[in-house]
Amino acid sequence: MITVDWETYVQLLALVQNSIIAAAVLGILGGLIGVFVMQRDMAFAVHGISELSFAGAAAALLLGLNVVAGSLVGSLVAAALIGLLGARARDRNSIIGVLMPFGLGLGILFLALYPGRSGNKFGLLTGQIISVDIPQLGLLITISVLVLLVLIVVWRPLTFDSLDPEVAHARGVPGRPLSFIFMVLLGLAVAVSVQVIGALLVLALLVTPAAAALRVSSSPVLVPVLSMVFGFVSAVGGILLAIGGSLPISPYITTISFAIYVVCRIVGSRRLSATSRRLSAPSRRTLEAT
Amino acid sequence: MTPDTLGSERPAPVLSIRGGALGFGGRGLWSGLDLDIAPGEFLAVLGANGSGKTSLLRAMLGQQRLDAGEVLVAGHPARRGARRVGYIPQQKIVPPGTPLRGRDLVMLGVNGHRWGPPIATRADHDRVDALLTAVGADAYADRPLGTLSGGEQQRLRVAQSLADDPVLLLCDEPLMSLDLHHQREVSELIDARRRDHGTAVVFVTHDVNPVLGMVDRILYLAQGRFTIGTPDEVLRDDVLSGLYGTSVEVIRSRGRVIVVGVPDGDHHHEVIA
Repeated sequence: MITVDWETYVQLLALVQNSIIAAAVLGILGGLIGVFVMQRDMAFAVHGISELSFAGAAAALLLGLNVVAGSLVGSLVAAALIGLLGARARDRNSIIGVLMPFGLGLGILFLALYPGRSGNKFGLLTGQIISVDIPQLGLLITISVLVLLVLIVVWRPLTFDSLDPEVAHARGVPGRPLSFIFMVLLGLAVAVSVQVIGALLVLALLVTPAAAALRVSSSPVLVPVLSMVFGFVSAVGGILLAIGGSLPISPYITTISFAIYVVCRIVGSRRLSATSRRLSAPSRRTLEAT
Repeated sequence: MTPDTLGSERPAPVLSIRGGALGFGGRGLWSGLDLDIAPGEFLAVLGANGSGKTSLLRAMLGQQRLDAGEVLVAGHPARRGARRVGYIPQQKIVPPGTPLRGRDLVMLGVNGHRWGPPIATRADHDRVDALLTAVGADAYADRPLGTLSGGEQQRLRVAQSLADDPVLLLCDEPLMSLDLHHQREVSELIDARRRDHGTAVVFVTHDVNPVLGMVDRILYLAQGRFTIGTPDEVLRDDVLSGLYGTSVEVIRSRGRVIVVGVPDGDHHHEVIA
């Protein structure tokens, strides 16, 4: 365990403040978009997109291009393919299952061919937010904010389409365009996450917070709010803990995120048993009355 | 423009179909369907699977075009998302953990189609409360949808469908998989709505019995043909035998109607018409 005195810690903090801002925005975005990932049953798709995003970033690294741009291209190609070919859940899962190892394999190939420092290589798989330079951080933050804004605009129709598609379409909610918009937003969010916590760990920010929130609430207001808070705490908390020591950031983020989920599960199972106790009492009365 | 030939005695129809035809892959399913539904009228659409019931409903919703003819809702061609058309689907199992409470389902009907920041206005909340009270769903409005019984869910569906004060209510097997008690409750809610507000009802079902006392007219689709009339005009041996092109028997027993002898390809053995 390496201890760092307070003064050094504050200096470090100042150095990584842009990373913290990026992580904070991404934590909020991941929590919010995660709600739809859960509602639309697309956790596996997130993982598939992240592997192609990794391949894109690795290709950019090898060719000396912008890594964030490469990551974006990979993400969007994967999101488009999954969106176009996988309208039904079963098709979607098989397409993701096919794409994922291909993307990962391509990425590993590009990294093997890359002559530069090895730190960059593993960064894409396991996270490298601290090593991202300021202009690129600005790009990540801009993308995250844009995705957040669009998500807020489409929030209600997207919720309707995700939870109650048959009635939503009967009421004029455009299902196909919304699916497409959502895949693009998801692709962008994944590309940003790959830069922050790495392709292998994207789910910790895009799925775990929402899954945790869903364990403790059924309210369409409380679930996104909690999920957003969980994502924020995981991402920012992870960085704050990590800069005091020599370990990478990602394990901190994934551990906090996981711990929140475990607590929510425990709280949620208590809530459920309390609800079923409450529910069984009146239903017994109804039976006696009839 | 079609001139109003009905005169002033009868109100303008809520739904009109002129020369409607439907076919799959060149095989004409039916054609020449002319239908006017008046305000407050209750039309049951019966027929076996594949007779085009669902496609007809989709055409009324503006989600699908008929192969010929036109569908007019309140005088305008049917279009997606027409605000004064309500829709009630059949009950489905809600996965546990779905983040929707009873009132949230109704709220989707009120503002789920709106773009922009997801902030429900005071008026939206008041509307949801009024709708919940109207269908008697206050007691379980705050419980997760997945924990509610099929009957409770369908009550909420009725509330959801009434969000925009519809002039036409399109129901796709809304009583499916409900027990008799809840079938009666839900169908009475729909019946009360059309009596009190003059909302026309199109009710697609495979079993007319739960709504037999409410139905004004039946549209019976079978074997690429159709017939329209009151229940007494349609649910007869000779009429349905003519429709199916084979001898079919309509049995009335204790207020229920059962059609026996329907050809195999259409349905398995008997239709509870």
